[in-house]
Amino acid sequence: MKDVFVIGDNLLTSLGATTAKNFEQLKNGASGVKVYNDASISTQTFAASMFPADAYADNQQYTKFEQLLIASISDALNNTGIDPKSADTILILSSTKGNITLLQDGDYSAPTLKRASLHHSAALVKAHFGFVHQPLFISSACISGLSAILTGARLISAGRYKNAVIAGADLVSRFVVTGFQSFQALSAAQCRPFDRDRTGINLGEGAATVILSAESLSADDIKVAGGSLSDDANHISGPSRTGEELGTAIKQALLEAVLQPGDIDMISAHGTATIFNDEMEASAINYAGLADVPLNSLKGYYGHTLGAAGLVEAVVSMQSIQQGVIIPTPGFSNLGTKAVNVARQLLYQPVNRVLKTASGFGGCNAALIFTKQ
Amino acid sequence: MKSEYQISASCIIFGGTISKNGETLLSSAEGIDAFLTAAYHHLGCNYPKFYKMDNLSKLGWLAAEVLLKDSLDGTQYPPFEVGVVLANANSSLDADMRYIESIKEFASPALFVYTLPNIVIGEICIRHKFKGENLFFIQPEFDAAAMVTQVDYLLHEQKLKACVCGWVDVLGADYKAALFLVEQGTEGIAFNAENMNRLFTAI
Repeated sequence: MKDVFVIGDNLLTSLGATTAKNFEQLKNGASGVKVYNDASISTQTFAASMFPADAYADNQQYTKFEQLLIASISDALNNTGIDPKSADTILILSSTKGNITLLQDGDYSAPTLKRASLHHSAALVKAHFGFVHQPLFISSACISGLSAILTGARLISAGRYKNAVIAGADLVSRFVVTGFQSFQALSAAQCRPFDRDRTGINLGEGAATVILSAESLSADDIKVAGGSLSDDANHISGPSRTGEELGTAIKQALLEAVLQPGDIDMISAHGTATIFNDEMEASAINYAGLADVPLNSLKGYYGHTLGAAGLVEAVVSMQSIQQGVIIPTPGFSNLGTKAVNVARQLLYQPVNRVLKTASGFGGCNAALIFTKQ
Repeated sequence: MKSEYQISASCIIFGGTISKNGETLLSSAEGIDAFLTAAYHHLGCNYPKFYKMDNLSKLGWLAAEVLLKDSLDGTQYPPFEVGVVLANANSSLDADMRYIESIKEFASPALFVYTLPNIVIGEICIRHKFKGENLFFIQPEFDAAAMVTQVDYLLHEQKLKACVCGWVDVLGADYKAALFLVEQGTEGIAFNAENMNRLFTAI
């Protein structure tokens, strides 16, 4: 892959509205995950990372989902010098459920269905900034965010565009909370990725943006060095038994980045804290020869932000490279999977190359590699 | 842009008609639920998991059956060298509505799992043992040029040797599938937006 640089980013979560604020909070050990008893979402207790109830409330023009995307993109564009109205820039969005809350009270009229459609939100965000081209919208379950970054990097690498603005968002709603509860996949307390006593995931809401360009603005800009997607071809809601498919995606990403397993300094795992995901991921990491590399999961800080998760965690990983610090994995005490090197405290050490992984329903897997220039 | 790849097979399912490479295999006046089941029987399928699927997955699964039968030898390519790139306008809204209705009584995990559009990719991959690159795009209408850009890249950069790509969309009574098998070869028609659009609108 030809050089593609990250020249701007944003994190918009319950921990802050900028990347800098979020990373400072993570270094201080703050978590956005709180326990909720909210009958409007679920009759059962759940733990999630959410904005205050009145923040970003739907208005006449934009829903909460669209406001998060717009706010995140606006902040990320600052200081990049990128003009969204320029013909060499493409907008790529990712989400799983978008405006699903518009339907949850049973209004399935044609205007409401149209208002709730993901491409309608894409058109509103496009118009807000004045992007010239039709945006791409990726909805590939929990790998949506990483798929969006990889798709943008490839379009730039192929010379189709000079810049790509890539943003993802998802909300915590009755729809997703009851859905994951129906799978017995939600933990009622802060989740514990890779731990022996893990009992399931937390959900989270937020948005994140990365801006990719064929030209770097500074020597500190991170490079997207390689990436790959795969499918388990095994089960639509349960991960691979062997981890070979995610493991193959990791190997392909290393190959594209022209790196060896020993070159990777940190893994930002998907780490959902479900029994099956974490075991599969540990197997995949072993399969790819990366068992010794310090690894974290950020789900205990942000919950699982679904279609935004890949972007959120990629942006945090890039801060780890730029600041030379690996964020620990909250909730982790005793390893409960095949051997992997889970970070349990802040590690101040050079981080030059990061592997970011994700997997999702449908059996999909993603592996991306970010490096220092 | 000229592509070095070929559309070696195509399948369109729309308005009660199933066609492969332009030839009609089935015409029916039934509504979507009965039509999908009738198509399953007409094609002589034996895949009990079909009955558990939502309509989006049933439609995409059936279209892939028709597309690949006698057109792709299962041993021709290694699993990681075949991928699936799909798009639609209505994401999983059809399944979303069914799941929302279920919450009132009992939130159903069997319905919830289909509330993601890329599940149909998973179903096709499971059936045909495809393990390569996969993407699901949401578009207001079929964007053949964008599809060609994505699939061309995956083939040209040797991420894939063959790709099943196209459109699978369901909302209530309305549905349309248009799948294309794209690979290197001499048989078939050139893989470009013009040819895809022509096939897409043929029914």
